[in-house]
This record gives sequence, C-alpha cells and structure tokens, in this order.
Amino acid sequence: MRRSLLAIVFFVALAALWGAIVRAQIWSPVLLPSPLSVWDYVVNAGRDGTLLSASIVTLRRLLSGYVIGLAIGLPLGLLTASSTFVEDTIGVLALGLQTLPSVCWVPLALLWFGQTESAMLFVVIMGTVWSVVIATDTGVRTIPPIYARAARTMGSRPFHKWTRVILPASLPYLVSGMKQGWAFAWRSLMAAEIYVTILTGFGLGHLLHYGRELNAMDQVIGIMLVIIVIGLLADKILFSPWERFLHRRWGTGKR
Amino acid sequence: MSLQEELQGPPPAKLIVDHVSKWFRQKRQTVHALDDISLKVAEGEFIVIVGPSGCGKSTLLDIIAGLEKPDKGRVLADNEPVLNPGRHRLVMFQESALFPWLNAFGNVMFGLKLKPGLRNSERREVAKFFLHLVGLEKFMEANVHELSGGMKQRVALARALAPNPRVLLMDEPFAALDAMTREQLYGDIQRIWEKRRKTIIFVTHNVREAACLADRVVIMSPTPGRIREVFDITLPRPRDFNSIEIARHASTLTAALKEHGAHATLTG
Ligand SMILES: Nc1ncnc2c1ncn2[C@@H]1O[C@H](COP(=O)(O)OP(=O)(O)O)[C@@H](O)[C@H]1O
Ligand SMILES: [Mg+2]
Repeated sequence: MRRSLLAIVFFVALAALWGAIVRAQIWSPVLLPSPLSVWDYVVNAGRDGTLLSASIVTLRRLLSGYVIGLAIGLPLGLLTASSTFVEDTIGVLALGLQTLPSVCWVPLALLWFGQTESAMLFVVIMGTVWSVVIATDTGVRTIPPIYARAARTMGSRPFHKWTRVILPASLPYLVSGMKQGWAFAWRSLMAAEIYVTILTGFGLGHLLHYGRELNAMDQVIGIMLVIIVIGLLADKILFSPWERFLHRRWGTGKR
Repeated sequence: MSLQEELQGPPPAKLIVDHVSKWFRQKRQTVHALDDISLKVAEGEFIVIVGPSGCGKSTLLDIIAGLEKPDKGRVLADNEPVLNPGRHRLVMFQESALFPWLNAFGNVMFGLKLKPGLRNSERREVAKFFLHLVGLEKFMEANVHELSGGMKQRVALARALAPNPRVLLMDEPFAALDAMTREQLYGDIQRIWEKRRKTIIFVTHNVREAACLADRVVIMSPTPGRIREVFDITLPRPRDFNSIEIARHASTLTAALKEHGAHATLTG
C-alpha cells in the first residue's frame, strides 16, 4: 500500500515537472506537448475506439507470434541441451541469431513476405525463438544431475523424466527466458509495425508512425505511454504469478 | 492391493553382488573403481560399507541400484539380475536430492505416483503415513528451502520408504548434517528399520556410525576399490551412539581401516 502510494506520488511529480518544463517554453509546444494535451489525445482515441482496436490488432499479432516462438523454442532448447549434434548445429545458430537485434529481420521479412501479416509474424517469431532456445538450454544444463538419477530410481522413464523432472527443475530459467522472449517479441513487433505498412490491421506501431508523419507529438507520446502500460500489464499478468510461485518454492527473491 | 497391505510392505530382498568390477575410462586415464567385489546380503540385513572417499562406495551403490552397469560380474536381487533402476531398490543420496519445485508432500508423492496398483487417495494416505513416521506430519506443505538439513533428509527418507522398496540404498545420507541432528537420526533410522524391515545398504566414512547401525560392516580400501574385511556387530538394538561398546567396535574398525592403508575419521 505504502509502496504503491509512493509510486503514484512519483509519477504525479514527474508529470508536474513535465508540465513545468512545457510552461517554461524552452522547446516549442509542437516538439514537447503538455501532459494535458497528451492526456486529451489518449482519452479521445480511447473514446472513439482507435486505441482499443489498434491494441487488439497489436496484441493478437504479438500473442500468436510469441506462442509459436515458444512452441518452437522450448523443444529446440531441450534438444540442444540433450544432443551434442543439435548443440553444435542449432545451438550455435541460436547463439548467433540471438545477438542479432530483431529489427534486422524486418528488411528480410519484407522481401520474403511483402507487406503482409506473415511478415509481422515472422519478425515476432524470430525475435522470440532464439532467446527461448538459449534460456531452455541453459536451464536444462544447470539442473543438478542428481534429480534425474533420483527420479530414475523411483521408476521414472524418459518421457516422464523430461516432463516431470527436467522441465520443472529448469523452471526458473524457463520463466526468465520466456520473459526475455516476450520483451524481444514486443520490441520486434513495434519495429515491424513502424516499418511495415499493411492494410490488414492498424496496430499501435502504425499509430506511432502516423503520429510522426502528421507531426502530432501528442499522439506520438500518448501511444508511447500506451505501449509502456501494456508492457507493464503484460509483465504483471503473464509472469508475476510464475515468479511468485518460483520465489515461494525455491526460496529466491528475498531481500 | 489394499491400503493395509501397502502399509505393511513386501518382504525385504536378498542381494548378491557377484564378482563386480568397474572401470571409468576417461581421456587421460582409466580409474579402476571397483575390483572383484562380492557380497551376499541376507533379507532384512543392515549392511554398512565403510571406506575412505574414492574407494568406490558410491559406485557400488549405483551398480546395486542399477544406475551404473558393472564391467564385470553382476548383481542379483532376489535371484533376478539387476539391469536397470527399479523401485524395489530406492536410493537416498548424500545431498537430499529433494525436488525444489514440489513441497514435502509432493516429494513423497513423486515415487508413489509412479507405483501402479494404487488409487490416488491411497497414495495420499501412504505419503501422510510416512511423513508421520519420520516425524514431519506438520511440515507436509513446507517447501524444500524452508526445511533444515535434518528435516530434508527425513523427507528424503520418507520419499525413499513410501513406495515400499525391498532394498534401501543410503549413500552417506547424514554426512552433511551436524552431530546433534545426526544422532537423532540414528535413533530414528533404527526405530524405522525395526518397524519396517528392509534390506539396507548404508555407506559412510564414519566408523562410529557404522558400529551404531550395522549388522555387518564391510571395510573397503581404495585404488582399486576392494572389500578388505567384514565385521559382524551383534550388539543389541536400539544402540546408543555414545555407548562404550560402540566406541570399542569403532576403534576396531578404525584399526582395520588403518591396517588396509586407509584413514577414516573416528568421529566424522
Ligand atoms: N562418473 C565417473 N567418471 C569417472 N570417474 C569416476 C566417476 N564416478 C566415480 N569415479 C571415480 O571412481 C572412484 C570411486 O568413486 P566413488 O564411487 O564416488 O567413491 P566414494 O563414494 O567411495 O567416495 C574415484 O576415484 C572417482 O574419482
Ligand atoms: Mg561417495
């Protein structure tokens, strides 16, 4: 309670500071709109449905790409951790591609898929997959071998061992990998939406892009705020329960 | 199988280790871990293997458990060759090897869920029974990190006992605990063993522990791992870890270890 109060006070103060700077007229109001005009934009765009429909389009793309990315990345990570052949091939590839900023996939996606949903999906998947592969791989390798041995003596067969021992044992790594994958997916989707104009759906990135084209700074900042809020909410809704579970079971995260 | 039968448990098994040898081949060198080990263990016998570290005790237990394969010889459990791990021979490791993603109850349930022929409600009853037996009925919901070292080993013991193995293999299970907790556990393990006869092979490098627990003590020496001497300990049970007879037997064991060129700790 006290902590959320502190957070509210902090952000109100930040907005007040912003307002004061605008009033001091150091920069032209075209470049730095007042907090109130940004707020007006957000409220109006919220009321006429622009924000909602753009958010839905964006989140739909994000979720489908992310889920596909997980579905590919998780098994690949298990494979790289359990077979040296896969480790020396896919593993090295994953390591290399993970260092590639996801924006770099945009030109390639455009050439391969054109201005389509597939291009978007491709960019999001590429942004997600590799970090999930690496995190899963690290997680599995970090598990003390004694867990698998103990399970085997109790009659655990390979499939049971993988699903009931190896996966849960690497959960701390999996969750942080999934979180990182989510952050990368989010970033790469924004990049894709800003660069790729397509007619099948108008996402938040597009609103940001047109805000710039129209020199509508209130729109640009308003959309940025919305993107931040969605990112925060997703983090809370998707990952906080897992992290709480991990902290409780593993006894981590205490200060 | 009824719950009552399940809680009674099957008869303990007879074990025969038959001329077992084991080498670990590595790039640089080959370690001769076990050399021609033969050992007959009767049903319900409590065997303690003593030897300095590196003499192959864990390797021998792994082979009996079926986790490792011998290069020569074989192991028979109730006249059946041991080829794979199986839930008739459960292992309790030095570190508790409890699963941190499960609570105490979940850990005990893990092996039970792999045991066919029981209903889930019966499994839960069995798990509760064994947590009670090791004195942890109040800690069923506790997470692994919330348990002390001694409590962790108690849960590990309950987990190993719950599926009713016929052989219990214990690899220095108390080595990481403080002296007080350990002495408590010596009492517990003897009490539990009286109640639920199992064939137990218990590994340690602590001679007093050996004298306190064993029907028979097997002395091993390293490079390569060999059985050097076997002592019968016929003291009545339950035995008091601090009694003079135990100390006397322990010094006999120490002398034997020294004679075979191995130094084990007297007190541990
Ligand atoms: N997986 C392994 N690979 C190579 N060498 C091993 C392995 N396991 C054990 N050894 C070697 O075999 C010998 C016996 O080890 P171990 O059975 O662990 O002894 P103890 O349990 O009595 O301390 C040691 O020299 C050890 O280094
Ligand atoms: Mg050992």
